[in-house]
Amino acid sequence: MEIQSPQFKQKARKAIADEQLQRAMGKAKIGFVGKRKKAVDALPEFEDLRSSARAIKDHTLEHLDLYLEAYERKVIASGGQVHWAETAEDARQAVLSICRAAGARTVTKGKSMITEEIALNDFLEKEGVRPVETDLGEYIIQLRGEHPSHIIGPALHLNKEQVEEDFRRVHTELPAGRDLSQPESLLGEARHILRPQYFQADVGITGANFLVAETGTSIIVTNEGNGDLTQTLPRVHIVVASIEKVVPTLEDASQILRVLARSATGQDMSVYTTLSTGPRRPDDPDGPDEYHVILLDNGRSSMLGTEFHEMLRCIRCGACMNHCPVYHAVGGHAYGWVYPGPMGSVLTPSLVGVDKAGHLPNASTFCGRCESVCPMQIPLPRMMRHWREREFERGLNPATQRFGLGFWAFFARRPGLYRLATSMAIPALSGLAGRRRWFRSLPFAGGWTRHRDLPAPESRTFMQQWRDRETAKQEGGAS
Amino acid sequence: MSERTGSAEKFKPAKEEPLKEESISPKRVGLFVTCLVDLFRPTVGFAAVKLLEEAGCTVEVPMAQTCCGQPAYNSGDREDAAAIARQTIEAFEEFDYVVAPSGSCAGMLKKHYPSLLKGTSYEARAEAFSGRVHELVSFLVDVLGITEVPARHEGSVTYHDSCSGLRELGIQQQPRKLLSSVEGLELKEMQNSDVCCGFGGTFCVKYPDISNKIVEEKTASIEGAGADTLLAGDLGCLMNMAGKLHRQGSRVEVRHVAEVLAGMTDKPAIGGGGR
Repeated sequence: MEIQSPQFKQKARKAIADEQLQRAMGKAKIGFVGKRKKAVDALPEFEDLRSSARAIKDHTLEHLDLYLEAYERKVIASGGQVHWAETAEDARQAVLSICRAAGARTVTKGKSMITEEIALNDFLEKEGVRPVETDLGEYIIQLRGEHPSHIIGPALHLNKEQVEEDFRRVHTELPAGRDLSQPESLLGEARHILRPQYFQADVGITGANFLVAETGTSIIVTNEGNGDLTQTLPRVHIVVASIEKVVPTLEDASQILRVLARSATGQDMSVYTTLSTGPRRPDDPDGPDEYHVILLDNGRSSMLGTEFHEMLRCIRCGACMNHCPVYHAVGGHAYGWVYPGPMGSVLTPSLVGVDKAGHLPNASTFCGRCESVCPMQIPLPRMMRHWREREFERGLNPATQRFGLGFWAFFARRPGLYRLATSMAIPALSGLAGRRRWFRSLPFAGGWTRHRDLPAPESRTFMQQWRDRETAKQEGGAS
Repeated sequence: MSERTGSAEKFKPAKEEPLKEESISPKRVGLFVTCLVDLFRPTVGFAAVKLLEEAGCTVEVPMAQTCCGQPAYNSGDREDAAAIARQTIEAFEEFDYVVAPSGSCAGMLKKHYPSLLKGTSYEARAEAFSGRVHELVSFLVDVLGITEVPARHEGSVTYHDSCSGLRELGIQQQPRKLLSSVEGLELKEMQNSDVCCGFGGTFCVKYPDISNKIVEEKTASIEGAGADTLLAGDLGCLMNMAGKLHRQGSRVEVRHVAEVLAGMTDKPAIGGGGR
């Protein structure tokens, strides 16, 4: 997917003016925050679980190479194959060659952000392989030719009326009289269309929430069951996962699962937690004949040991964006690439370069709500600040910003001069306001006064008044 | 109030040093005025002085202070931020306590100076300094053990939890506790008082449209509370919310919480009170 983050400001403005989007975001915001809170409040040990989940990932990242190799050995031992992909292109080619070998014309897909990251659908279509998204949200946005606006709710930006419109447009055999006014009826309609696809598909592609080194197992969590059908019914199952998904043991995975769904949707557990280990064994009732894992790096290993190392703990629950006032205001598409919200503002510059994604780490008030709800305790604001530092070092900020900051810092570093300048400027500005005491506009303050008034300074600075008070005190004491 | 306990999960306030019962001499407090209070609303500074003096502290205001450095620090300019941090530490390290009427600036001094100066010759000084820094209201309640103030304010107020104070310093109950002791005052909680107002320092001028969208949500919550006056502990947030309320033609007055606690509401509210 081509990165559009440099147009963040324009996209944000458009999003704010989009009434449909704002209506959808308003509902989503209330839902996610309330549900998470209820789930967390009901589990007294939640804070301890966060700490232990974090410790598991920290430990794994310290020994990532060892656990990945151990995982690979177990996958092979269970009859599967592992394909190491350093870049997105490597991963796409690996998927394609498996599809070619299987003679695949149609592939079904479970919901996966990593295949969004490598823009797999566009690629497969160009190569003559038809990808069919089976998660309801993903299916809807595939029909619309869109990308996910949220990492766990891809169609979060839509209202159900828009979905009904899309279904009526695309599902040409749908009787006009059929009621599609409720989410349940929309789901029923999507299932009706999708069910036959599982049987037609030659290959099923899923992501992974965890890769377990101990057993060579991949784990996905879903709420619709589409993931299970995707990976069980076709002859070939391909798991595409990035390297930081590995955890040492099943016990570790189950620990992290306890914080994952609670943080994401407020469920104790997702409806389906599905473990896959290798292809179908002789006594298995079902399962694929081939089981492939594509292990993608795509820039992650170069985050290890840097200030962005801790970002690799992320388990993609979406809690950060669910609680982010900026995400609530502009929705996911404004961010201009695959990962939106606070986690996207840290990850996107890491994966595509801060020169292209510079807006994202800047577009945060640093309110800290994301960090306070992150199940993996990732210091997201701190890492956004680190990106701002990299940007500043490389001189990537706009010249006016740099000049303004330099001008201000020159005075802020010289208290005497600062005092002198402010004791002249502030009373003048206060006087300029006249009796109204508010500015509706002011030169150089357009960013402020575009949407709000600026209260005038009361009168003289505190420091001026304090000096007078101290002088009066001394004179009073001397007399 | 139990519904609010969840939001500050991650950030627990740092352990406070115990009250020094044995010290008979009054505590020497260096007031970090903050740049916005210095320039825009000195009343808040004098309210802080009054509260601290009434609590038995001697208050001094070092002239070598300017700003906490957040505009530089949060813009990625570590060099200027570190220079300002060193300058602030030098100006304040002689005091028993450093108190600021702002959770955001106090958070910068207390939580971010140590990491900013880590690995430099100021590392140890920044750590020692950090232990003495407090936000005003939490200093009164948590360090001095004050449970009530002798102030009076006829009317209803609603309180916005500014982000840095809430999530970096764990300030939530302290202002509510003291406000409940103000005679004549009724606290009407707003919905989502812990959600950002959209100020974010330079954010509000770099991304004015997003900031506006966020502050519009906030002013709707404020109006929904039905209180006469909006209070918070950070002037940046207050100016943002006051500016939006005024643009919207609201009748809600806006003040720093210290003004109410110090009984200084005879002074005009932010923006002079007049329309």
